Amino acid sequence: MDAQAAALLGAGLAAIGAGLAALGVGNVFASFLEGALRNPGAADGQQGRLFIGFAAAELLGLLAFVIAVLLIFS
Amino acid sequence: MAAEEGKVDPMKQFTIEPLMGSDWQLGDGLNIAFTNSALWMAITAVLVTLFVAGGMKRELVPGRWQMAVETMTGFIDDLLEANVGTAGRKYVPYIFTLFMFILFGNLLGLVPLGLIPHMHAFTFTSHFTATGVLAIMSFSIVLIVGFWKHGLHFFSLFWPANTPVFLAAPISLIELVSFMVRPFSLALRLFVAMMAGHVLLKVLASFVIAGGSAGAGLGLLVGVPSFILMVAISALEILVAGIQAYVFALLTSLYINDAENLH
Repeated sequence: MDAQAAALLGAGLAAIGAGLAALGVGNVFASFLEGALRNPGAADGQQGRLFIGFAAAELLGLLAFVIAVLLIFS
Repeated sequence: MAAEEGKVDPMKQFTIEPLMGSDWQLGDGLNIAFTNSALWMAITAVLVTLFVAGGMKRELVPGRWQMAVETMTGFIDDLLEANVGTAGRKYVPYIFTLFMFILFGNLLGLVPLGLIPHMHAFTFTSHFTATGVLAIMSFSIVLIVGFWKHGLHFFSLFWPANTPVFLAAPISLIELVSFMVRPFSLALRLFVAMMAGHVLLKVLASFVIAGGSAGAGLGLLVGVPSFILMVAISALEILVAGIQAYVFALLTSLYINDAENLH
């Protein structure tokens, strides 16, 4: 296996990270919705924390994308 | 890896090209040529200025335009009030400018100007240089405010209170790393989120073109679903443009909270 093929395989494997980040982001919003439906009065006050959690979960998926792009284009 | 002949290169949309001559030398080989990125930043700045200036009439009963501007400023005001407290009021101008600049930049990159020949929208937020400078500005404000207000006591940010030393030492190391990595994560998040969306749109567009030119059967089988998906992803991209601008402003205000109030 030459280096180019290995890099492309690695980029494909990095896509697993993006999929796992999708699980994480879905989990963040699902948990928020679950809590918000139990106590709708407190939901609006927690929107900032919701997006902090979203940003943290999403960053890891974006990092996987960066790794994939680096492997393909360099 | 260069694109093969006859294929759509999804990365070409991010090419930065000088518009009016490429040799605006500034001494020591420093080139400040006016690029398409700079042009779109200028357009964004002008539009944000026009938008805000249109709502500065300060009427007692606000019209629609003034209402729109006041909703945005009130939104940022509430954000800082909730995250920093009353001391956060003085950062409203900076966070508001940052938020509007990123939001308008993200949205302008989605305007379908490609329909007009020889024109295409350019998303300057899809470049690490642009978002990096914005992140460095936010990080500098955190450092300056932190050291200005608390002096060397600012370093207590890294030392957890009421914790035994053998536990606090490794935690302070982790805190230091997570603090130093903030500008990178801030810049990387915005840049990658915008770039990923635009690459995805261009890849789907290449499916539409390739499917359509391969005959009616493949055009219906591949081209039409890809096109419908493109429309849906474009709607998602508008959402992402808003969320990323909000997240940038939110995280900046959180970091400013660290500098303003320590823990």
